[in-house]
Amino acid sequence: MRYLPLTQDDRAGMLAKIGVDHIDALFADIPADKLLSSLPKLPAHKGEIEVERVMGRMAARNVTASSVPFFVGAGAYKHHVPATVDHLIQRSEFLTSYTPYQPEIAQGTLQYLFEFQTQVAALTGMDVANASMYDGSTGCGEAVLMAHRVTKRNKAVLSGGLHPHYASVVQTLSEMAQAEVVSLAPDLLAGEDLLSHIDETVSCVVVQTPDFFGNIRNLRAIADKCHAHGALLIAVFTEVMSLGLLTPPGEMGADIVVGEGQSIGNALNFGGPYVGLFATKSAYVRQMPGRLCGETMDAEGTRGYVLTLSTREQHIRRDKATSNICTNSGLCSLAFTIHMSLLGQTGLKRVAEINHANAVALADLLDGVSGVSVLNTSFFNEFIVRVPGNAAHFVEQMAARDVMAGVPVSRLLPDAGLDDVMLVASTEVNTDEDRAAFVDALKEVL
Amino acid sequence: MLNRQGRPTTPGTSVTAAHLTFTGNKALAQIEPLIFETGRLDVTGVDYAAPKPFTSRLGGMERKNEIGLPGLSEPEAMRHYVRLSQKNYGIDTGLFPLGSCTMKHNPRLNEKIARMPGFGDVHPLQPVSTVQGALEVMHTLSHWLMELTGMDAVALSPKAGAHGELCGMMAIKAAIAAKGESAMRNVVLVPDSAHGTNPATAALIHFVVKAVPVRDDGTVDPKVVAELAGPDTAAIMLTNPNTCGLFERDVLAIADAIHAAGGYFYADGANFNAIVGKTRPGDLGVDAMHINLHKTFSTPHGGGGPGAGPVVLSERLAPFAPVPFVRHTDEGFELVEDSAQATQHGAQAFGRMTAFHGQMGMYVRALAYMLSHGADGLRQASEDAVLNANYIRAGLADLMSLPFGNRPCMHEVLFDDAWLKDAGVTTLDFAKAMIDEGYHPMTVYFPLVVHGAMLIEPTESESRASLDLFIATLRDLAFSVQRGETERFTGAPYHAPVKRMDETRAARSPVLKYAPPAPIAEAAE
Repeated sequence: MRYLPLTQDDRAGMLAKIGVDHIDALFADIPADKLLSSLPKLPAHKGEIEVERVMGRMAARNVTASSVPFFVGAGAYKHHVPATVDHLIQRSEFLTSYTPYQPEIAQGTLQYLFEFQTQVAALTGMDVANASMYDGSTGCGEAVLMAHRVTKRNKAVLSGGLHPHYASVVQTLSEMAQAEVVSLAPDLLAGEDLLSHIDETVSCVVVQTPDFFGNIRNLRAIADKCHAHGALLIAVFTEVMSLGLLTPPGEMGADIVVGEGQSIGNALNFGGPYVGLFATKSAYVRQMPGRLCGETMDAEGTRGYVLTLSTREQHIRRDKATSNICTNSGLCSLAFTIHMSLLGQTGLKRVAEINHANAVALADLLDGVSGVSVLNTSFFNEFIVRVPGNAAHFVEQMAARDVMAGVPVSRLLPDAGLDDVMLVASTEVNTDEDRAAFVDALKEVL
Repeated sequence: MLNRQGRPTTPGTSVTAAHLTFTGNKALAQIEPLIFETGRLDVTGVDYAAPKPFTSRLGGMERKNEIGLPGLSEPEAMRHYVRLSQKNYGIDTGLFPLGSCTMKHNPRLNEKIARMPGFGDVHPLQPVSTVQGALEVMHTLSHWLMELTGMDAVALSPKAGAHGELCGMMAIKAAIAAKGESAMRNVVLVPDSAHGTNPATAALIHFVVKAVPVRDDGTVDPKVVAELAGPDTAAIMLTNPNTCGLFERDVLAIADAIHAAGGYFYADGANFNAIVGKTRPGDLGVDAMHINLHKTFSTPHGGGGPGAGPVVLSERLAPFAPVPFVRHTDEGFELVEDSAQATQHGAQAFGRMTAFHGQMGMYVRALAYMLSHGADGLRQASEDAVLNANYIRAGLADLMSLPFGNRPCMHEVLFDDAWLKDAGVTTLDFAKAMIDEGYHPMTVYFPLVVHGAMLIEPTESESRASLDLFIATLRDLAFSVQRGETERFTGAPYHAPVKRMDETRAARSPVLKYAPPAPIAEAAE
């Protein structure tokens, strides 16, 4: 077996050195009748060629995003990632290292985490960011629990524009943690009245912008009302690239900003791994979940970095910890950091403009199709379209014509009566030909 | 001796005193500034053509202020991150005996496969008809996990070990609620030797944590469990093999005691690598157990993530598994994505752990690892992991102290610091001296149940020669302690890229992001 260096001679010699005559002597604490006498009913080992063949066969049964005109979004986006990024994250010293508990031989990881935290804080317009969360949705759940700790209240109000999976994650976590959630109805056009739900019992209001339906929201008034009533505003995004063009939540008064960072540096990966971004105000840093990297000095006064404020964390605090989290999304945050370093603010603004321009171009074309209408007044790279009939059916039929048209809203909100609405995203990878193919396929299936 | 070009071919006089360099670099050990100190705001390393003129539809929410993030050209970025990587220690650098973390070899075949466009370039919300291969991966991985653990169901979506714990404990909470026992069953028993995530997880979802003391031999006493368990017991969270490197030999009696009290048996599967193919948690009375794919099944740790923590469930917890899950029907694979849909299939899903379907990238790598090993290779890997740990035990038992006696361990061996008493060297000092010798230290000061813990997990990836050198090195260090050479330890590491870091300073006044230096005030005329 190519991954196991010991030979049979090695094993025999080592057993002798240990002073036992059979390997099972080392497993003697397992109850004898529970020690397996035969191998599990699974295939035997395989060489690289066979493994690649078996896995390749499964891979071939999936339609890849790059192979067709592709407009699927709803929280995960098809973007171009520079070749440099994937090369660098496969460096052995990044790929095969552990959490930087021994900082003297982990300065590489620690320094990029410090850069990552600086980038996320700047993008969101916040004071501090942590070293990342599992993804946007779990970060959102943690943000709500953090707001409860800060305000010592336990009621969260969720906007109807919040990604339905994020809302489910918050709902599940809150139910289990015995906290209250008020979920507003799906809000297609950002018309909901969040302000009327804010009072002295509310811990936090969770609002996404651009929201699930693509609408861009001004959070200023919500922030003001939250603060007047001692509540926190949690601002959420699922498309981090939008921050290249849009006013950051920090400038609108958000107290916690949390979102999905997949779009920068990370492939689609059928939903994961991704990287959750999490930022807040300095005043709340000790209530923050997750890992934090901080600057310090070594014994000779040389600048360096360590994990810090770990007195918040489970390995020290056990049942009094701010969260049970004990990892971040290391390698995905590295991919984010490298891609963001390559872009800089200049490149990020440019690619964000292209995203928006491509979405506007597609929206204009779709608006010209008879029976079809784009519903949003504002959007970044994603918007909703009303179609004459069942959107899921159209999406399926368009997929059969090799166009990935988008996501039927009913897939995520099955009971909302939105069967004729689909969510369509367009990024820098789309071309004029892609858009023409979309319109042609749509006309064919209508 | 010179050759004809006058080029010296011998080293010449050796210089013993190192001299300071102009740059501060030491050959391959390079000082590397932050990107914010070298990048420029108007530079970008990615070329995009400007879009054609268009009318913005941002609703008046355009950003007014600069982001303030500099960019790097591609060669600058490449050099910066390569230099950073060189300051890191990874499994590929050398032996990484971090106990309870299972730092085994990460096969590159798995990286190659995860990057096949058919896996990496697929969106989680494409029509299900276009992702049948992805669902087949999930289905096949589930089958392997259930077969290896002897359990009835698996929830794949948790994103890490601690997230898996949360998922398993949520399933238990949901099962208790379904029986109408929520009000009375709210206590979770957690042994003192447990990972910190166990009590943190239980507390997060409002269970009351009750500590179970560990008996003198490092294991849990079923009689103590039976005394602590009662009508208020929701569950026990037991790590097996435990963090002392020992198999809980009374696991069946512990399971019986918990079940007799009406509670559930949650197993922390962090140390599953010791027993794959040797015994099955499902045969030991376990109701739920998370599996760290990044430990046992070798998906890369990546400097702290991403991980993956699928949870296997017993028959009585299976109905409560969260969405989404995959179903195999005559028409192919389908994805059950919401609770209402789950109910139609007779399930009582407790909710959702994460957006989309979990860590697909990790599923692919773990499955490739399993296919490569096969049933025979997986069992051999566990046997070798246990053999290697015991070989280290045998090689060091005369010099370092074993808190629970010199008896067989599982895949990791635990020493304490009794042998360092009055030596002027702490466990931390000893660990830092290992860095100078080219090793990543073992896990230190964990588990908490012994003083100055040193938990060594070599994994199956080490050759006998590698283990022999490691043992010889630790023996040399131990003799050095005996000779009173404390400076070798207290000042260590001497040869790492930086000297020992001041962690107190970092926590006292946290600096968590780069701030440009304040402009120097101009001197008054």
